[in-house]
Amino acid sequence: MKTKLKKTKAQKQGSDSPLDAMKIRTVSGRGIPLPGNDIDTDRIIPARFMKCITFDDLGQYAFYDARFGENGVKKEHPFNHPKYKEGTVLIVNRNFGCGSSREHAPQSLRRHGIRAIIGESFAEIFYDNCTAIGLPIMTSTRENVEGLMSLVKESPTTEVKIDLVKREASCGDFSIAIEQPDQTRKALTEGTWDSTAELLSSLEQIKAVAGKLPYMNGYQAGAKQ
Amino acid sequence: MSRSLFEKVWEMHKIRKLPTGKDQIFIGLHLIHEVTSPQAFSMIRESGLKIPFPQNTFATVDHIVPTALQERPFQDGLAEKMMVAIENNTKEFGIRFFGFDTAKQGIVHVIGPELGLTLPGLTIACGDSHTSTHGAFGALAFGIGTTQIKDLLATQTLSLSKPKSRRINVHGNLGKGVYAKDVILAIIHKLGVNGGIGYCYEYNGDVLTQMSMEERMTICNMTIEGGARMGYVNPDQTTFDYLRGREYSPQGDEFKRAVEFWKSISSDKDATYNDVVNLDGAKMEPMVTWGINPGQAIGISENFPEVQSFKEEDRQTAEEAYKFMSFKPGKSVKGTSIDVAFIGSCTNGRLSDLREAAKIVKGRKAAKNVKALVVPGSQQVASAAEREGLDQVFTEAGFEWRKAGCSMCLAMNPDRLTGREICASSSNRNFKGRQGSPTGRTILMSPAMVAAAAIKGKVADVREFLD
Ligand code: SF4
Repeated sequence: MKTKLKKTKAQKQGSDSPLDAMKIRTVSGRGIPLPGNDIDTDRIIPARFMKCITFDDLGQYAFYDARFGENGVKKEHPFNHPKYKEGTVLIVNRNFGCGSSREHAPQSLRRHGIRAIIGESFAEIFYDNCTAIGLPIMTSTRENVEGLMSLVKESPTTEVKIDLVKREASCGDFSIAIEQPDQTRKALTEGTWDSTAELLSSLEQIKAVAGKLPYMNGYQAGAKQ
Repeated sequence: MSRSLFEKVWEMHKIRKLPTGKDQIFIGLHLIHEVTSPQAFSMIRESGLKIPFPQNTFATVDHIVPTALQERPFQDGLAEKMMVAIENNTKEFGIRFFGFDTAKQGIVHVIGPELGLTLPGLTIACGDSHTSTHGAFGALAFGIGTTQIKDLLATQTLSLSKPKSRRINVHGNLGKGVYAKDVILAIIHKLGVNGGIGYCYEYNGDVLTQMSMEERMTICNMTIEGGARMGYVNPDQTTFDYLRGREYSPQGDEFKRAVEFWKSISSDKDATYNDVVNLDGAKMEPMVTWGINPGQAIGISENFPEVQSFKEEDRQTAEEAYKFMSFKPGKSVKGTSIDVAFIGSCTNGRLSDLREAAKIVKGRKAAKNVKALVVPGSQQVASAAEREGLDQVFTEAGFEWRKAGCSMCLAMNPDRLTGREICASSSNRNFKGRQGSPTGRTILMSPAMVAAAAIKGKVADVREFLD
């Protein structure tokens, strides 16, 4: 299908557009290593804390059951550890964020102070949810991730510096390549990760395509594929 | 050119390529429930956005509903607040809401198909990862997050990356006591819980083409547990027969035209896929999970696997699982004592699931130490089962017969495990704490296997109950 790409108002404006504030090119902060594969969103935010109609209070419940035992006794967990208290860059292993589609998971991490996540791989819906709220997440090889984890463990006050444009993250002298799908990197670095305005700019086209869909027009003739 | 259903339906719904490189895709059916939507409605309101296609959007309530006492206001004040929010939001924006009084309320993935809202060739999205269920009809159906719900409400489209395609063929015939649940657990076990990331699955082969719609729904439901966001089965006569006469299905001549369209979107014979996987259904046996993700599953006649038998990268999770479950490698899974038996959920809470379980239960009694619970997937499933007397069969055997909802699948309502209880469950996730107790344990299996476990008081082989 041929379409003209229309620019949104914000995109047409020059460099000091409100979009500038949305551009995420670099993130720096102390790291928090969280080892383990297949950490699911039920673990990131247990379901009982989703009984809410806003995301506002979710920060305190991130990893709640992994961090607190019965009667609120603190357990051994990176989010409880004093040395990672100021950490904002979360480092994880494989298939992080699998399971439920709950956006409560990235929302609780962000409200807890997490500003970026580096991992071996992520579940897809979790990845999309993070991008949709402007929380950059990126992958690297297992070796790199393990390397970064052990470095942060040894030297938790050294900042992890992420450059999305250059596709690299570093911690002291240690530097690794990071990957993101081009589309995600573009959305984050150009500040278009909040997609509603862009999607809405083609409302006429949306209506035109919808009108031709068989189930929108009573399956009239010519609707066959 | 030959194309798969996935290619055809994706292209048909594509509005354009976005500046980011993602595709803007029209969504034919948007389903809503009470947990993931209130924040999205707030965003819509705060930004002054409108909802251009309210007639393509339908809502119900399932996650937080109590299944014993449903009097309003609910005893749980927070649950009541969420209920009021969805009632008000749908009213304000003109969205059809299936509440208790409609007799059509139920788990969103159960009611979509039973009302005929779920149709072949549609794109379907819902703020729930098990939206993949609807793929059973030959729709592209997938879960989204709350910010994407906002996009969808405001534009009826989503910004999406086109996935790769994988065809999974299950050949042969299933043996006695082997159900759709066992097939999907076997698939996830083979490909791993992250094996499907970035893929759309087409399920095919004799086993799938012979399955009923409800069995296909069980398969597609757990697609997400294998990491793939969507999975479908090509529509065929079984699909058309299921849809004929349903409330929102096309009627009369329109139905005839619809069938022509549905046939045309099936995958072409020589369509190609990025990957093809073949499995032998005849070799499958009833499956149970032993760990903390749905890929950690074994056949009922097997022993708990040794940690060393796993690939190096999977050993850590296996060790973690053994520590959490307190099971011992090398021991037989059969005979593991259970405390709770749960039959229900969007995976296995439909009429045929209840019928299969009732066959096992009939004339028998649940073990004394087991708390057994049946939660129908929807009000319509409940009343159909009651007309057949299934509720009687269950209650006479000592099971509780409840009202429709998600219930102990994720325990956002009063139904939950306590302490270290072990639950034989027909649901889809055995994650740590999933059933409401942070230390509670889940063993996933088919509803017939749950029934067998309830009766024995321990994990049992359902085939011993069938003649
Ligand atoms: S039954 Fe379970 S998996 Fe299905 S929608 Fe409800 S909570 Fe989610």
